[in-house]
Amino acid sequence: MNDMRLLERDVDAKDIKIAARKVQVYYADTHAIKDVDVDIEDKTVTAFIGPSGCGKSTFLRCLNRMNDTIDICRVEGDIRIDGEDIYDAKVDPVQLRAKVGMVFQKPNPFPKSIYDNIAYGPRIHGLARSKADLDDIVEKSLRRGAIWDEVKDRLHAPGTGLSGGQQQRLCIARAVATEPEVLLMDEPCSALDPIATSQVEELIDELRQEFSVVIVTHSMQQAARVSQKTAFFHLGNLVEYGETGQIFTTPQDPRTESYITGRIG
Amino acid sequence: MPLLWLILIVLAIAAAGYVLGRSRALASAGGDIRQLHSLPSYYGSNAALKAVVPALLLLVLWLIAQPLYINSVISGTLPDELISEGSSRGLLMAEVSRTAQGLDLAVSQGVIDEGVASDPAADFNAMTDRLKQAGAIVTSQITQPVLNAAQRYRSMSHTGTAIMSIAVIIIAVLGAFYGIRQSSAQFRARNVVEQGVRVLLVAAASIAVLTTVGIVLSLVFNTIEFFRLYPASEFFFGLSWAPSFSGRGGSSELGVLPLLWGTIYISIVALIVAVPVGLFAAIYLSEYAGSKVRAVAKPLLEVLAGIPTIVYGLFALLTVGPLLVSIFGDGGVLGVSWQGGGRAVITAGLVMGIMLIPFVSSLSDDIINAVPQAMRDGSYGLGATKSETIKQVVLPAALPGIVGAILLAASRAIGETMIVVLGAGAAARLSLNPFEAMTTVTAKIVSQLTGDSDFASPEALVAFALGMTLFVLTLGLNVFALYIVRKYREQYD
Repeated sequence: MNDMRLLERDVDAKDIKIAARKVQVYYADTHAIKDVDVDIEDKTVTAFIGPSGCGKSTFLRCLNRMNDTIDICRVEGDIRIDGEDIYDAKVDPVQLRAKVGMVFQKPNPFPKSIYDNIAYGPRIHGLARSKADLDDIVEKSLRRGAIWDEVKDRLHAPGTGLSGGQQQRLCIARAVATEPEVLLMDEPCSALDPIATSQVEELIDELRQEFSVVIVTHSMQQAARVSQKTAFFHLGNLVEYGETGQIFTTPQDPRTESYITGRIG
Repeated sequence: MPLLWLILIVLAIAAAGYVLGRSRALASAGGDIRQLHSLPSYYGSNAALKAVVPALLLLVLWLIAQPLYINSVISGTLPDELISEGSSRGLLMAEVSRTAQGLDLAVSQGVIDEGVASDPAADFNAMTDRLKQAGAIVTSQITQPVLNAAQRYRSMSHTGTAIMSIAVIIIAVLGAFYGIRQSSAQFRARNVVEQGVRVLLVAAASIAVLTTVGIVLSLVFNTIEFFRLYPASEFFFGLSWAPSFSGRGGSSELGVLPLLWGTIYISIVALIVAVPVGLFAAIYLSEYAGSKVRAVAKPLLEVLAGIPTIVYGLFALLTVGPLLVSIFGDGGVLGVSWQGGGRAVITAGLVMGIMLIPFVSSLSDDIINAVPQAMRDGSYGLGATKSETIKQVVLPAALPGIVGAILLAASRAIGETMIVVLGAGAAARLSLNPFEAMTTVTAKIVSQLTGDSDFASPEALVAFALGMTLFVLTLGLNVFALYIVRKYREQYD
């Protein structure tokens, strides 16, 4: 955590993981995302901020094609992960979602045991060769989700019986279990109390070692605390994108400045 | 005075009370609605309620009590020697009241005049002919004491009715007056009407509950009567169902097991058809179908639920039965001769299954739709396909509700009659072969009670024992279904 040293934060130049060009999203006749260009780096936490309805969640859901499940939604433009166009006809959205994991706003554990919640993805994708292998994956994922110590004695208790913060970390562990390359988080802390929030934020910072993390958040403090890069969305446009320290101290666009100083939004 | 007129008069008084109460309240506030505690219509309703409710209550109580009272008085005066061999006081009283009704009818048709009808010295032979002429039901020759008792019965009930009419009208007028007098600006008429609405709703709810209790009690008493005539152990454990039709018990074998087996077997076949088809239809409609397909397909599927069961029965008898025989029967497509005739367990089971499809699909569809979208998103987000999501997340989350739906469908299958009568035949049989004719508890209840049945014989009373068995069975299933649904309802949330 390095929230108070925004300017000195060291940002190394890293590989581009996701490259989006001229992305347009329409909900029936509504033009929800307009001409968004963005490069998301590997092993970096990228935060999307902006007022409600600005399209940041919509854009996030384009990155793993979750918008495909909405009938009226249409996506245009070019989104590449590791140089591969994810909207190409050859790409299987189901495989893509295994590679690009997602954590949702409200914790949504399945009505199964904690163990089965984590084992769900690995089982579907055939990641475990044996029962012992699966046990290992579950333990490793729960450790990465920073929840192992709390649940190791009750792996077969229902996941819905955990507290809100534990449920959200369980969902993160569940997403991690399928070995994704990118982790998308849609306001992962908005349903959590401050203590659970700080636990999840700490976890996000650790996940940066292995994954490229994209987080949508309403809290600018949270964006400042956890991210290295920040993108500001407003009315469907990507207004400004840059290093978090720079966005929060010397924003280039007047709209960004108004938002982070609390004058719009 | 006919009852209809009496009720109309009470309603007229209430209407007058409404108008007067409303205007009195308005007058007390000087014509300014804002000065009133309640809206003017509430004052009117208050007066109307005060007129109608006590008057109608009195009317109902009187109508129940008067015949009981008159019966007890008249039957007390009938001498014992009048009661002939094999008859009872009750039968004699039935004749008396029948004769009294006949007299009323004859008078109203003008066949005899009022003076003759109430003349205690009237010739009973001539009277019998007159009554027959008027179209009254007179089973046998009226005797002098019966005629006299009938005349007394008539006069008492006429007086009673007259007193009742007057009392009811007086009560209505008094109530209306009381309501009107209450109508002043400070009176909280709105709260009184609220109470009235509450009582009305409670009354409606208790009618439903009391009817259930009544049905159960009537079953219980007749069942006890049956077990007095027929040993319970033979009923519950007897392997054969062979009622004698002479009406003189003794040789009848009334074992419930063949019927129960038929019921359960046919229901199982029906559920084997209905559950997969209904469930898959529900999954398709709720998860895969577009909104346009859904808008057309769902009502169409539910049309199935609106078809009367007798039509399903005809379908079983005329279409499905012959079709199955042409497949499984002698010289059929498969070259086997398993099925002898169209009526078989499998015929009834198949058709009943079709009948239950909308039942299962409609309930399951609602339950599947109630599974939060967040569950599906979570699963899709992990790279699961649609069918994996449904199989591993949506169905487990919806399972308690689906089990409930299936159990409710099962209790419908158990209670089904017409399809069985037409599709499965009437032979009570303990057999494992689904191509044989069998019958169910409900079908046998029908056959035991249709036609001329003596309600004192075990052959007729067994119907109540069968009904009770069925009732306990379906009640148990429903309770179990509710228990399952309640226990697992809050799994997700």
